[in-house]
Amino acid sequence: MTMLKEGRPTAPQAVREEHMAPATATGNRALMLEEPLIFEIGSNDTTGVDFAAAPKAVSRLGNLARKDAIGLPGLSEQETVRHYTRLSRQNYAIDLGLFPLGSCTMKHNPRLNEKVARMPGFADLHPLQPQSTVQGALAVIHELAQWLITLTGMHGVAMSPKAGAHGELCGLLAIRAALEARGDARSVVLVPESAHGTNPATAAFCGYKVEDIPATPDGRVDLAALKARLGPDVAAVMITNPNTCGLFERDLKTISEAVHAAGAFVYCDGANFNAIVGRVRPGDLGVDAMHINLHKTFSTPHGGGGPGSGPVVLSEALAPFAPLPFVEKQGDKFVLVEEETVEDHHGRSFGRMVAFHGQMGMFTRALAYILSHGADGLRQVSGDAVLNANYILRSLADVLDAPFGGSGPCMHEALFSDKGLAEGFTTLDIAKGLIDEGFHPMTMYFPLVVHGAMLVEPTETESKAALDQFIMALRSLAERAKAGDEALKGAPYHAPRRRLDETLAARKPVLVWTEPELAEAAE
Amino acid sequence: MSRYFTDEHEWIDVEGEIATIGITDYAQEQLGDIVFVELPAEGATFDKGDDAAVVESVKAASDVYAPISGEVVETNGALEDEPALVNSDAEEDGWFFKLRVTDASELEGLMNEAAYKKFVASL
Repeated sequence: MTMLKEGRPTAPQAVREEHMAPATATGNRALMLEEPLIFEIGSNDTTGVDFAAAPKAVSRLGNLARKDAIGLPGLSEQETVRHYTRLSRQNYAIDLGLFPLGSCTMKHNPRLNEKVARMPGFADLHPLQPQSTVQGALAVIHELAQWLITLTGMHGVAMSPKAGAHGELCGLLAIRAALEARGDARSVVLVPESAHGTNPATAAFCGYKVEDIPATPDGRVDLAALKARLGPDVAAVMITNPNTCGLFERDLKTISEAVHAAGAFVYCDGANFNAIVGRVRPGDLGVDAMHINLHKTFSTPHGGGGPGSGPVVLSEALAPFAPLPFVEKQGDKFVLVEEETVEDHHGRSFGRMVAFHGQMGMFTRALAYILSHGADGLRQVSGDAVLNANYILRSLADVLDAPFGGSGPCMHEALFSDKGLAEGFTTLDIAKGLIDEGFHPMTMYFPLVVHGAMLVEPTETESKAALDQFIMALRSLAERAKAGDEALKGAPYHAPRRRLDETLAARKPVLVWTEPELAEAAE
Repeated sequence: MSRYFTDEHEWIDVEGEIATIGITDYAQEQLGDIVFVELPAEGATFDKGDDAAVVESVKAASDVYAPISGEVVETNGALEDEPALVNSDAEEDGWFFKLRVTDASELEGLMNEAAYKKFVASL
């Protein structure tokens, strides 16, 4: 028998502790690659495409003609592809893992939606094509509109707003138009503390004075304070339901009645519709306008993955003021109602918010989602979303303070505070620790009514195994923060970059890249 | 000179008809590192309780209310270049703006230092 002594070792060798993670010559860590800015790779005389030399031409630019190199990055095709692929590996996405960003409903984007949206009959349309050639697309807008009206119990829907805050703008413009139509000048919009941060911004943008309505100790709108403030100067109340504390506003129907009695309108922020879809119809609660984030509740991609889409459902009182265009079914034809074709029943429209019809690609995805779930499936969506959030809330209640945990189950998101962490330890430390554990951090320091808030929204699309792993990670971090584990203050250790100096970045932001030589010369 | 405090964590020094206003040391500590301060325009007039300035920390942007009605006569321009002054010296060099007081009787009901300390301890 011959013994081969020079073979390849197949088992790990014992390594002394201090040699565990030596620095590499490149700065790369195996598959985690250190990537410079695109301006710092390649050279100015490289391109991915060969052009023939430009023919000699007489310049008419005079002394405006550029004399120096334009300074665009010069990369070959492969270098370009590698650059962006490498950067993408430093990113976190719903396709990589649980994305517990409260108030954002980061649910799985079913691939069926993508398949439908890419069908050439939808994907290759031009918005100015003759209507007779896009009947299928108009039918999609019309059918989605009917679903949204049915699910919310409302009277009409404006499909064109392009995202949540744009939908809020649409709703408030409709409210203002309705008030103006009856010659009623009102100047104040009331926004409870438990509402979304965009609500006061929208009201201010529309020229209204914003006034806060306090929350009750159990995290809901203070009904008495709201009623006391209603008066002839109040145009609308903007309420988020379920609210940003992850709680259902039980008094919304009473609130709506009081608001209507005072001659004002109820705007509901529908960003959290995922928690109630198929179970509660906002129209039954007296809501006059509500935007629906298709990119949240109806699973169209967002957060860098795609544009938002924020159709606004409207009550009978507001529907006549909705923006153009509309899709209408006339006989067996679908017609896009625009300025030229507007008839009496849309004559009071407040105008137009976008050039065309809205986010067509998101409409096809959302309708695919709705049809593939069906009414029963959508009802299960909200049930599972609420169940998952409560599973997280109750599984961590012994290590993290749940300020409203005592008031009963939460809706779609679990809210914790920083109460009980060791002196000097904050929500930020836990969030940074989650990065090391391989999760995108939860929403933090929002809502403002809770000190050091951690807002966790798991959505219905996570498995119990995924939730258990997340709970284990968050539990471990909470225990470390309570025990005062100093190492946690240095997290993240394993991310491509360590903890950033956010204060310095905000005080002295560097917004423009300068060539290193120039930057050095300037110093 | 007498110093008053509000339950919204502003302090007010009153000297004759001029009131100097800033946020309290407790407030800066709660806000964390201040990164930006937006001051009112000189000549602007406020009613008591109006939004008068904005203070932005790494955590959040907060409104600073006019604790008393008046006209802005001077603002602390140093804060625009060095917002960290609010962290290092909130109750002296980190002042925000000065008002010419319209109605000194509005000072009634504000807290003195001892009462404010007690109020903060109860939070």
